[in-house]
Amino acid sequence: MDVSVLTLSRFQFALTIMFHYLFPPLSIGLGGLLVIMEAMYLKTGDLHYEAMARFWTKIFAVNFAMGVASGIVMEFQFGTNWATYSRYVGDVFGSALAAEGIFAFFLESGFLAVLVFGWDKVSPRTHFFSTCMVALGAIFSSIWIVVANSWQQTPAGFHIVGQGLGARAEITDFWAMVFNPSSMHRLVHTLIGAYILAAFFVMSIAAWYILKGRHLDFAKRSFSIALVVAALASLAEPISGDLQAKNVAQTQPAKLAAMEAIFHTGNEPTPLYLFGWPDTQEQRVNHGLAIPGLLSLLAYGDSQKPVAGLDQVPRGDWPPVAATFHSFHIMVWLGLLFVALTFVGLYFRWRGTIFEKRWLLWVFVLVVPLPFVANQFGWVTAEVGRQPWVVYGLLRTSDALSKAVTANQVLGSIIMFIVIYALLFVVWVFVLDRKIKQGPDEVITVPAATVPGGLFGVAGLRAGMGGASLTESDNAKEKK
Amino acid sequence: MDLNILWFILLGVLLAGYAILDGFDLGVGIIHLAVKKDDERRILMNSIGPLWDGNEVWLVTFGGALFAAFPNAYATAFSGFYTPFMVLLFALIFRAVSMEFRSKHDSPAWRSFWDVSFCIASGLATLLFGVAVGNAMRGMPIGADMEFQGTFISLLHPYALLVGLFAVATFAMHGSIYLYLKTEGELQQRIREWMWRTFGVFLVLYLFTTIYTLEDLPLATANFRLHPWAWLVVVLNVLAIANIPRAIHLRRAGYAFASSCATIAALTFLFGVALFPDLIHSSLNPDWSLTVYNAASSHKTLAIMATIAALGMPFVLAYTSVVYWVFRGKVQLGKLSY
Repeated sequence: MDVSVLTLSRFQFALTIMFHYLFPPLSIGLGGLLVIMEAMYLKTGDLHYEAMARFWTKIFAVNFAMGVASGIVMEFQFGTNWATYSRYVGDVFGSALAAEGIFAFFLESGFLAVLVFGWDKVSPRTHFFSTCMVALGAIFSSIWIVVANSWQQTPAGFHIVGQGLGARAEITDFWAMVFNPSSMHRLVHTLIGAYILAAFFVMSIAAWYILKGRHLDFAKRSFSIALVVAALASLAEPISGDLQAKNVAQTQPAKLAAMEAIFHTGNEPTPLYLFGWPDTQEQRVNHGLAIPGLLSLLAYGDSQKPVAGLDQVPRGDWPPVAATFHSFHIMVWLGLLFVALTFVGLYFRWRGTIFEKRWLLWVFVLVVPLPFVANQFGWVTAEVGRQPWVVYGLLRTSDALSKAVTANQVLGSIIMFIVIYALLFVVWVFVLDRKIKQGPDEVITVPAATVPGGLFGVAGLRAGMGGASLTESDNAKEKK
Repeated sequence: MDLNILWFILLGVLLAGYAILDGFDLGVGIIHLAVKKDDERRILMNSIGPLWDGNEVWLVTFGGALFAAFPNAYATAFSGFYTPFMVLLFALIFRAVSMEFRSKHDSPAWRSFWDVSFCIASGLATLLFGVAVGNAMRGMPIGADMEFQGTFISLLHPYALLVGLFAVATFAMHGSIYLYLKTEGELQQRIREWMWRTFGVFLVLYLFTTIYTLEDLPLATANFRLHPWAWLVVVLNVLAIANIPRAIHLRRAGYAFASSCATIAALTFLFGVALFPDLIHSSLNPDWSLTVYNAASSHKTLAIMATIAALGMPFVLAYTSVVYWVFRGKVQLGKLSY
């Protein structure tokens, strides 16, 4: 084997984390949308909202299971492949991980059972409470994991004990660790990204139903709720991104320089590349189009001040420039596309004609992979831009490996992950496809006068306000 | 008692909680193929349907707490067990997927594929947990630098494999008793036979494992000389085991289940007694062992984590109980079922 344990382990980590991160943002965002839908059901008693919440819960459950299954891998992998890293950061990460386990995981998985299986076992209010707890658990989870990751980007609240390979970080100030310089900016950006993703996901499926003329009432309501969420989140994301970039300019200048491929600091205001092709060998950007002075303005709020370039960083400490540059630019352009799309959508929704605009609905159906791409590339920017450090300025990725593990073992596990993830992905798409084709339960509106007393009683109880309609689920046959 | 010992105990509690809770759902998976009809297999899967995910969280939390409290032990064990743990992940993922996807499609081939993979994945995961425990009991080749120096094959020692099989038998029995509680009618009568069978296998392997441990692993019993009160747990363990057939015979399945829970808790406790104060014995040199002191995080971190656990655990126990209460009673197949 020529390929090193380092290369293989980095590849494996990228593979497993990127696969895992297909699912959590959808769980986080969809959790929030479920809370909205169920709240509207409780408020209005309209069974259409209940049918909506039930349908999206099924999608949520499939997605959540994928997230759990691929998430256990991540926890194991710190120890299996990155033992030296684990010894180094364990003391600091300890508190964050313990908090995630105790506060988030138990909360999510406990109440998930009620959310998914408890529709007919608990009262609507208890069910709504469970939905809120699951959504909250997903957010707690993201808080602690982003805090831990941010500590790797901008370490704070610790001191180094021991020397050489035996050195490790030990916590000195818990709250300084939690509120390290980048954690809140990165958390906000991550959460908003999740809401954009989930809202586009919901809009995609809803638009497809509308185009096919199925479940129209359900689809239009789902689309409208998601469109509002998507528009607000898409608009908030560039603002959060701008705050975060200013933070990166202060705390990780090498990363910002790589994001914009600034090889030379110079004396002039620094331009912002709209696009381009960085050449690290020649240290310049080819085929680029740049707006003069804009990066200086965005990074420092001063259009005259030059932004620190890679020439101020030792060559051995450069992140991979092209990968960081491209992933950052893809994310930004996609983000702007989401703003434009949601505003076109809002405009036609306000005009009341959106559901006749078939071309626009098709656009919403087809763009669904893009928010996934944007979320992934955001993380690629953050993680590749941090290289060659695993803990910024303290521990190099190349020093963080497990010493007891050989290249062949890692190669074996990579093959295993590729096989199992390919299978998982196919099955996930297959099951989603079936759920979507199956669609939500139809809400049958029954004229009050013709309803027999017993049934009316049931319907009234279920609706909470004496509404005279009944979801098909009550009298549907058992699913085989 | 210092914080290091407190965290050793808390990890034991998490491990026991995991073994008791995920133990019964892994056990249901192990005996899954014992019933043949589609509806009966759905009942088996749905008996654990809403619960297995929460049960697995105990493992995730155990892993997180080990990472946090004893990062050196976490790093050494997980990198040393690289290949078995990768296979374990494979099994756990496959198991989750099998349950999630089995009933989503009608074809018999599709369903029997996921049935078989559910059964094999449950058995394999349990076997590997047992093998890991067996290796921890025997000690591992750990060098002065805290790194594992053995090979994958060295982990497959006969003792470790015996403990692995013992784990499979224990969970199969535990799962059968659980199923007896969750089923009714003719299916329940067949499960009753499986309770007897799995108990028989469990008993035989329990005796073998005990004899092997007493004969061959002097280290594992050393603490009993220092702390004779630990014998009390051995006695409780034997009583709990003896109560299982009695309760089955009297058709008091609740008692039988409580007894098998107590058996698993006692076995976990004895595992802790065998290890203490080490987390990983070094078979090369006792001085190189990873103990609750040299493998631990700083005092400050252990104290912060103890605070977090004290704040969070009451909630965890409260809503875990609520969820089990909501899903009490016999399994009914409905449209929300797997």
